Amino acid sequence: MYRQTDIISDAQVSPQEGDLVINVGPQHPATHGVLHLVITLNGETIKKVEPHLGYIHRSIEKMCESLTYRQFIYVTSRMDYLSAHINNHACALCVEKGLQVEIPARAQVIRVLMDELTRIASHELWWGAMAMDLGAFTPFFHAFRERETINDIMEETCGARLTMNYMVPGGVMQDVHPNFQRRVKEFIQLYKRKIHEYDELVTGNIIFQNRMKGVGYLSPEDAVAYGCSGPVTRGSGVSSDIRKIYPYEIYDKLNFDEVLESGGDSFARYMIRIREMHESIKIIEQLIDNIPEGDFQAKTKAVLKLPKGEFYTRVETARGELGVYIVSEGGTTPYRIKFRSPGFSNLSVLDHIARGSKIGDLVAMMGTLDLVIPDIDR
Amino acid sequence: MTKEELKIKIAELLPAATLDETGEWLNVSVDPNDWLLLAQQLRTDPTLFFDYLFCLTCIDWKTHLTMVYHLSSTKHRHNIVIKSKLDRNKPEIETVSAIWRTAGFHEREVYEMFGVNFLNHPDLRLLILPDGWEGKNPLRKDFEDTVNMIKL
Amino acid sequence: MWSFSHIADFIHEWLSSTFNPTWTLIIEMVIAGVCVIGLFAALGLVLVIMERKVSAWIQIRLGPNRVGPKGMLQSLADTLKLLVKEGMTPSGADKFLFNLAPFIAMIVAMLLFAPIAFAKDFQLWDLNIGVLYVSAVSSIMVISILMAGWSSNNKYSLMGAMRSGAQIVSYELSAGLSILAVVVLTGSLSISDIVMSQADGWWIFKGHIPVIIAFIIFLIAVTAETNRAPFDLAEAESELTAGFHTEYSGMKFALFFLAEYMNVFIVCAIGATLFLGGWMPFHIGNWEGFNHVMDWIPSSVWFFGKTFFLIFVIMWFRWTFPRLRIDQLLNLEWKYLLPISMFNILLATLMAIMGWHF
Repeated sequence: MYRQTDIISDAQVSPQEGDLVINVGPQHPATHGVLHLVITLNGETIKKVEPHLGYIHRSIEKMCESLTYRQFIYVTSRMDYLSAHINNHACALCVEKGLQVEIPARAQVIRVLMDELTRIASHELWWGAMAMDLGAFTPFFHAFRERETINDIMEETCGARLTMNYMVPGGVMQDVHPNFQRRVKEFIQLYKRKIHEYDELVTGNIIFQNRMKGVGYLSPEDAVAYGCSGPVTRGSGVSSDIRKIYPYEIYDKLNFDEVLESGGDSFARYMIRIREMHESIKIIEQLIDNIPEGDFQAKTKAVLKLPKGEFYTRVETARGELGVYIVSEGGTTPYRIKFRSPGFSNLSVLDHIARGSKIGDLVAMMGTLDLVIPDIDR
Repeated sequence: MTKEELKIKIAELLPAATLDETGEWLNVSVDPNDWLLLAQQLRTDPTLFFDYLFCLTCIDWKTHLTMVYHLSSTKHRHNIVIKSKLDRNKPEIETVSAIWRTAGFHEREVYEMFGVNFLNHPDLRLLILPDGWEGKNPLRKDFEDTVNMIKL
Repeated sequence: MWSFSHIADFIHEWLSSTFNPTWTLIIEMVIAGVCVIGLFAALGLVLVIMERKVSAWIQIRLGPNRVGPKGMLQSLADTLKLLVKEGMTPSGADKFLFNLAPFIAMIVAMLLFAPIAFAKDFQLWDLNIGVLYVSAVSSIMVISILMAGWSSNNKYSLMGAMRSGAQIVSYELSAGLSILAVVVLTGSLSISDIVMSQADGWWIFKGHIPVIIAFIIFLIAVTAETNRAPFDLAEAESELTAGFHTEYSGMKFALFFLAEYMNVFIVCAIGATLFLGGWMPFHIGNWEGFNHVMDWIPSSVWFFGKTFFLIFVIMWFRWTFPRLRIDQLLNLEWKYLLPISMFNILLATLMAIMGWHF
């Protein structure tokens, strides 16, 4: 038998006699996409997790090199499809930084509202999917009840439910639907009425807590060293909310808290996301009645040309820090574009935290890392 | 630390580095041979304490490759960009995966996409590309895939 | 009063008057076999649709609602689909064991029908060790699961089977001990005796705390024994894709599926018999009028009502709780349930000796 400390300290565990090497994925119910993990097991204990990526790699970075600054934003919706708005937002911000355009106040507020709605929708889906990984099916449907409402709101304003493509350089594509405010308020009412079910059904469940607490511990130092971001680092007690540290749009004027937990285990990461939903609701409540009048889009040229140089923006998606790095040669298309996706770095920590735990825990950890495979593969 | 202070500090640590402050953050260009030493100092020096490598990538300039490291400090909240010019035909640079562990994963991506050889990397294998991938590196500018790429 | 026993008696009398005793016995056995197979199929269909409707109700959705009135024929359609589906055998599998395993699962489930008292005087085989027979035969189930997992030549199946082996063997103990509590109080292993002993009150009411503890432990243990969530580690689709039946398809899969539901029915029937009085109606002390009304409800309705209530409880578990981890599962049994049930049986014995129950 292996002592857990041996497994954790040995960087290059190689399969030995009696070990079982299992392919989890590319098609597996718990990976929620085409993630391929090769795990080395001793009985039920995990010795090593090795991710193999690329099953959904579309080389978005290469694709963007031949698309104009207006076009490439639409491709990025397909990266982290659960926070499509925020991806688009990051790209639009980066282009705006290069163009140095001022965005009208109305557009800023609409963007932040959309971002926060997306964040809630993403966390709802995560909550349901994670509970399903743990073997509880019911939460998935409860989560979708609220998520559908958000998707309906999105559909009304953006014309799409998942890949919205609503943000454009200079603002948003069109004004919000007349029903937008009313329906968002209805959603807030629904959310407040139903959110206690989440705690009753999952958070307070003794089996759930036993499955989560003390599982997949990630120390604050490791969280930073592995380049984790978003709820994963905040679960370890490291302040990493880009909205607070490097505020963009109007986040510095809003009243919301950065959620921090000190546990570092799966349960802390879980609580972060649950509490983040409350914070997002708080932001939406502040803004929904205060959408300023005015233009929803700044005047920009039909053909955008970024000056020669390098532009980097960071935004906080539902999964963590998304960086957009544009290298411009002065043309209408980016010379090189790099998306620093949160999922990619968050995945790299999986081997570190999974060693020495059981297969069931691996699933719980993957759930709390909130992996979205197209975001990892890009 | 502000940009000015960083500039002075870096100039102290590595006089050979070229500094460029036109962008949002301080850009430091270093020789690939000096990189590992500088990286250690950036990580350990208590006034700098760059513990968070948030972006690691490479740019193909057709004549040469440039490695770009975006660093940030979770303590001091300052950022810096380190660049290193590599020979396009034989790109080699020391790995920093021992200093920032996230680099291990990101360097594997750069390795297969740009063909940069990271010296002393513990596990330099293909990550995204399929096993047995032969030929050019997809993100280089001269990469052609007649089957899957559409020219606009 | 209409009753199953009258029909059974009528058939028996008619056969006895027409044939000689040997032929009567043979024909009765054939009838019983056909009835069991019919019940097996009917219960399978009912339980599947019940599971889907219960889960839909808990999950705020409609569930099957297209085939037949309110989707009630959905499971029939599913059965038809599974019947005509190709039953594939993986090339690396041990073909004999692979094909044998689902039949063992089904035969075990069918054997378990023998001693169950479905209604007043309506029992296939009233053997004097009925309870022992049930717990002994239900242990054979694990062999079919191990067989399926091993012969599939699939790592997921193997792990699922090994988990299931550890789990069923462990929880058998608690289930057995909690059954013993009632056996001790009754003083008999025969199912009909146990039912008759509850004529003046069900054991759950007159057995005080030991029986209530035994009932709770029994519910937990049988949920684990039948591999139902939250103890469905043998299947655990998010971890092991489908566990021991990963490689099964078509009718072979359906047999495993049916056997699972049959086992749920059997254990709930046993639970209803031991703790909730089997087919005995609900009586309250000397409320003559009330008791008389209760007597008017046929005994089979009482039996199936209680059984389906327990089945509903087990389904409720499944759709509410997340799954346990394997070490937590075994800890629960060996560190908590087993000591408690051992202590409980002492308590029950003390109670039986002192005659403290009603």
